[in-house]
Amino acid sequence: MSDKEPLFSTRNIKLLTNPLNDENPITVQVLGICSALAVTAKLKPSIVMAISVVVVMAVSNVVISLVRKRVPPRIRIIVQLTVIASMVILVDQFLKAFAYDVSRQLSVFVGLIITNCIIMGRLEAFALGNKPWPSFLDGVGNAAGYGVILIIVGFFRELLGSGELLGYPVLEKIGLYNIGYEDNGLMILSPMALITVGIIIWVQRYKNRILIEDK
Amino acid sequence: MENLFNIFVESIFINNMIFAYFLGMCSYLAVSKTVKTSVGLGIAVIFVLGITVPVDYLIENYMLKEGALTWLGESFADVNLSFLSFIMFIAVIASMVQLVEMVIEKFSPALYNSLGIFLPLIAVNCAILGGSLFMQQAEYQNIAEATTFGLGSGVGWFLAIVGIAAIREKIRYSNVPAPLRGLGITFIITGLMGIAFMSFMGIKL
Repeated sequence: MSDKEPLFSTRNIKLLTNPLNDENPITVQVLGICSALAVTAKLKPSIVMAISVVVVMAVSNVVISLVRKRVPPRIRIIVQLTVIASMVILVDQFLKAFAYDVSRQLSVFVGLIITNCIIMGRLEAFALGNKPWPSFLDGVGNAAGYGVILIIVGFFRELLGSGELLGYPVLEKIGLYNIGYEDNGLMILSPMALITVGIIIWVQRYKNRILIEDK
Repeated sequence: MENLFNIFVESIFINNMIFAYFLGMCSYLAVSKTVKTSVGLGIAVIFVLGITVPVDYLIENYMLKEGALTWLGESFADVNLSFLSFIMFIAVIASMVQLVEMVIEKFSPALYNSLGIFLPLIAVNCAILGGSLFMQQAEYQNIAEATTFGLGSGVGWFLAIVGIAAIREKIRYSNVPAPLRGLGITFIITGLMGIAFMSFMGIKL
């Protein structure tokens, strides 16, 4: 960070907020789809996954940014993978110790944060060429953009699929079942995650016309 | 033998990497624009999965699992290194991809040229690491089962990417709503294909 630039200058704020919409990692950059779809059947694992990715991404972005001048370009991928993998092992052990049931639900997908292209992608595209503080903001911003989509998908899938939010039976309390509503079991199945993301993309691009792809 | 066949069919259709677990979606979405390139990437994935899963199986069972180091001596019997599995697997995958690339370049330049940049890309394809991690969870009895599982997952991935590429080639001539064009419609089609693949789920092998 240059001595003059304030900690939260407009440029830095942009790094944080852009990935939430215009440069969303999932719906625009097409990064990190795999894990986004697999863990979103319920809201709770989605939130845990979002937080894990924020942690891994922020720390590895800062670490890579700190060592960026010392690492020869030829071995950078191995260095990146090592940093990410160590962070992921920490997160995984932490979840196993303090949130064992969520850790069971996430199963291999915590491990798959390593190959989550969102992290590799941002390390390559940003942290290798920028100072630690902007890299930190970029990491948090992108991971948050990823988390937002995860939480939206998780919200709808749990609400429509099992009628609950975080295990609390919302629809039953409202009394929807009494007037003949039934849970849509399809929403829990994995293909609906894809279709939900497809619809989110549709809505987002309808609102934000610049993102529309040419044929 | 029958057991192996079951694992093979199961990993292709029932536990399809893409439609059941969404693994390798990033390259699946990025590369599936034409059938030709997707065939190349698909073959490379089969190849690498067929090699890395058995190698990771050996590492898991003779180095990482609790009691796996017994062959070194009795004092190692209760060493459990399984928390290292992520870093070991990813190292194996990265080096295997590098090795496979060099071997293919040496012995079959034609295949090497047709695979092109897809080989190095595979190192960060989550289907590969996912294959090893599912293998670890499934606790297969012997290396033949693990290899079959690896090959089957690769074939499943191959079928999925070639299928979507063929559909995307056709859909270019259709009138898709503008905001859905490209990425959006691909997601929805994949979802519909996933629903179709779920009909295999009832099959008990």
